Amino acid sequence: MKRVRGMVLWVATFLLMVVMCVPGLWVILSAFRPNREILAKPPVWVPETLTLDNFGKIFGWGAEQIAIPVGSYFLNSMVIALTSTVIALGIGMAGGYAFARFRFRGKNSVFLGLMLLRTVPGIALSLPVFMLWSRLGIIDTKLGLIIVYVSLNVPFTIWLIDGFFRQIPLSLSEAAQVDGCTRWQAFWKIEFPLAKSGIASAGVFAFLTSWNEFALASQLTRSTDSKTLPVGLLDFTAQFTIDWAGMCAMAVIIIVPALILTFLVQKHLIAGLTFGGVKG
Amino acid sequence: MAEITLTGVEKRYGALRVVHGIDLTIAQGEFVVLVGPSGCGKSTTLRMIAGLEDISGGQVRIGGRVVNDLPPRKRNISMVFQNYALYPHMNVRDNLGFGLKIAGQTPDMIAKRVDEAAQILGLADLLDRTPAELSGGQRQRVAMGRAIVRHPDAFLFDEPLSNLDAKLRGQMRAEIKKLHQQVKTTVVYVTHDQVEAMTLADRIVVMRDGQIEQVGTPMQVFNHPANIFVATFIGSPPMNLLPGTISGGAVRLADGSAVPVPPRLTGRAAEGQAVTLGIRADDISPVGHGLSQDGPGAELDLSVVLAEPLGMESLIYTRVAGQEVQAKLYGPRLVNPGDRLTFRLALDRAHLFDAASGRSLEAI
Ligand SMILES: Nc1ncnc2c1ncn2[C@@H]1O[C@H](COP(=O)(O)OP(=O)(O)O)[C@@H](O)[C@H]1O
Ligand SMILES: [Mg+2]
Repeated sequence: MKRVRGMVLWVATFLLMVVMCVPGLWVILSAFRPNREILAKPPVWVPETLTLDNFGKIFGWGAEQIAIPVGSYFLNSMVIALTSTVIALGIGMAGGYAFARFRFRGKNSVFLGLMLLRTVPGIALSLPVFMLWSRLGIIDTKLGLIIVYVSLNVPFTIWLIDGFFRQIPLSLSEAAQVDGCTRWQAFWKIEFPLAKSGIASAGVFAFLTSWNEFALASQLTRSTDSKTLPVGLLDFTAQFTIDWAGMCAMAVIIIVPALILTFLVQKHLIAGLTFGGVKG
Repeated sequence: MAEITLTGVEKRYGALRVVHGIDLTIAQGEFVVLVGPSGCGKSTTLRMIAGLEDISGGQVRIGGRVVNDLPPRKRNISMVFQNYALYPHMNVRDNLGFGLKIAGQTPDMIAKRVDEAAQILGLADLLDRTPAELSGGQRQRVAMGRAIVRHPDAFLFDEPLSNLDAKLRGQMRAEIKKLHQQVKTTVVYVTHDQVEAMTLADRIVVMRDGQIEQVGTPMQVFNHPANIFVATFIGSPPMNLLPGTISGGAVRLADGSAVPVPPRLTGRAAEGQAVTLGIRADDISPVGHGLSQDGPGAELDLSVVLAEPLGMESLIYTRVAGQEVQAKLYGPRLVNPGDRLTFRLALDRAHLFDAASGRSLEAI
């Protein structure tokens, strides 16, 4: 009976994973196939030819070339995602610590307010943000996107990090202070190391949000000064054609750093998700 | 090592006062236990001494120095917390050495002090484990080790044994006592357990509702409770209380019977005053089965309501003047409910309190 149950669960999990993974795998596979095979009718399921031409095209070492400044896009994406993540983490740590440790007036309302901010769909903000940013003259700048991403991510980082600090008994910091630490030292030597997995998970989520975000970035960027990789995908669409192969190759370029990052902090991420998850 | 002095120390949370002006002097090297029911302000008082809680009024001095505005790290005290508060991400060695490292001691010095503390507490084999790999008793020892490595002016303990099972608690109690005899540092120890207070303290401070009810050695507090609260809080089972009035040098109980108490007790009482007679279970025993058979006493024929045999002694529930009273029978002897026995009340060990204020009427 138990075995049957186990089997059923296993099959169900497998099917779910297939459903979730197939589109991703298809994109990765298509990145290594020529355009005509991708568009073939009836579809060619098992690739007949595998090639690096699509990447060659993008990076400019193939016979066929399309002018896409993928280097600039990559750099923009990195700068914007990293900067906004670092800032969101800084604010998240300060805010999370404050919510977890201090009593102040209106604490619950402020916290609720922050959480409600998360319920506003980003796209609903695009028009007001566009108007505001153009007044401020920060359309098509990295700064403009960084501000947007920081504000998108901060409620989440505060919420997650708050949960982690809450789980650390107050007496640890007190013991450290009795042991000779200032409050600041007690934070960095005791509370920060213990909340590290939570902070790492918050960082990964913030980074991925910024790294993958498309809707707002496509409104607020124009040129190689600020265009990010997801927006760069649009460069593969011309008036009447879409270069699916190129687009898929570009998608792989977007996916790889995200995957690497996730693997690097995987250990923390699992601890983070389960640890933070039970805080109630 | 240092003397700790509290003068008029108060703690307020907004309008709520939880500690009402405490005056207390703890001598250098003394072991003082703050005891009282949960919520009476013991931890708050201790945390004000530690610097973990702001002092709303009054003054705390450690070694002659006013510390009201000093952060914990400048008070040179160490503290053992109820949940031990060991740093989970450090092994035992680093937990012990943490304070010394923060203070900027050399690695040699730290190693020497850590080894010394590990020796005293029998932690030498556990130095490389993390707190998660230790049993409750071992964690408790590490917490104590962390307190002693720094050679502070005073140790503060906040209910350090309440997370241990009964057997281990007894063991650790003895270890704490031994430790104090060895290092002779001033100790302020908080507990709600009167047995811990009696066994550990040089002096007991009994607290209730943010106030001190009595300060004294365990024997003073046990033999001469200042009021009804202390009388019933210290000692187990709680002291029996019988309401009555003073009448011709005796206490007339509710049923009209007169209990002739020693003049020492009635010296400060007026004729006709409403009083409460207090007498411990140990001092009410069937004739021939008590602790002391001489001295002034009164004999009463009482019937047994319930008997709880405990081996060499039995706890007997009976009634005096319509009031339930607990008595002790020493020696192995079976008694049954309904048995009628002659009990002897050792009146030289009785206590008399003013019924209105609860204060002891004993002339000391
Ligand atoms: N932050 C606080 N705000 C309001 N009241 C508090 C706070 N902390 C403690 N108290 C109250 O102070 C009283 C004393 O608490 P405490 O010193 O912890 O008692 P004990 O250690 O004797 O059990 C309790 O009634 C408690 O409810
Ligand atoms: Mg307490």
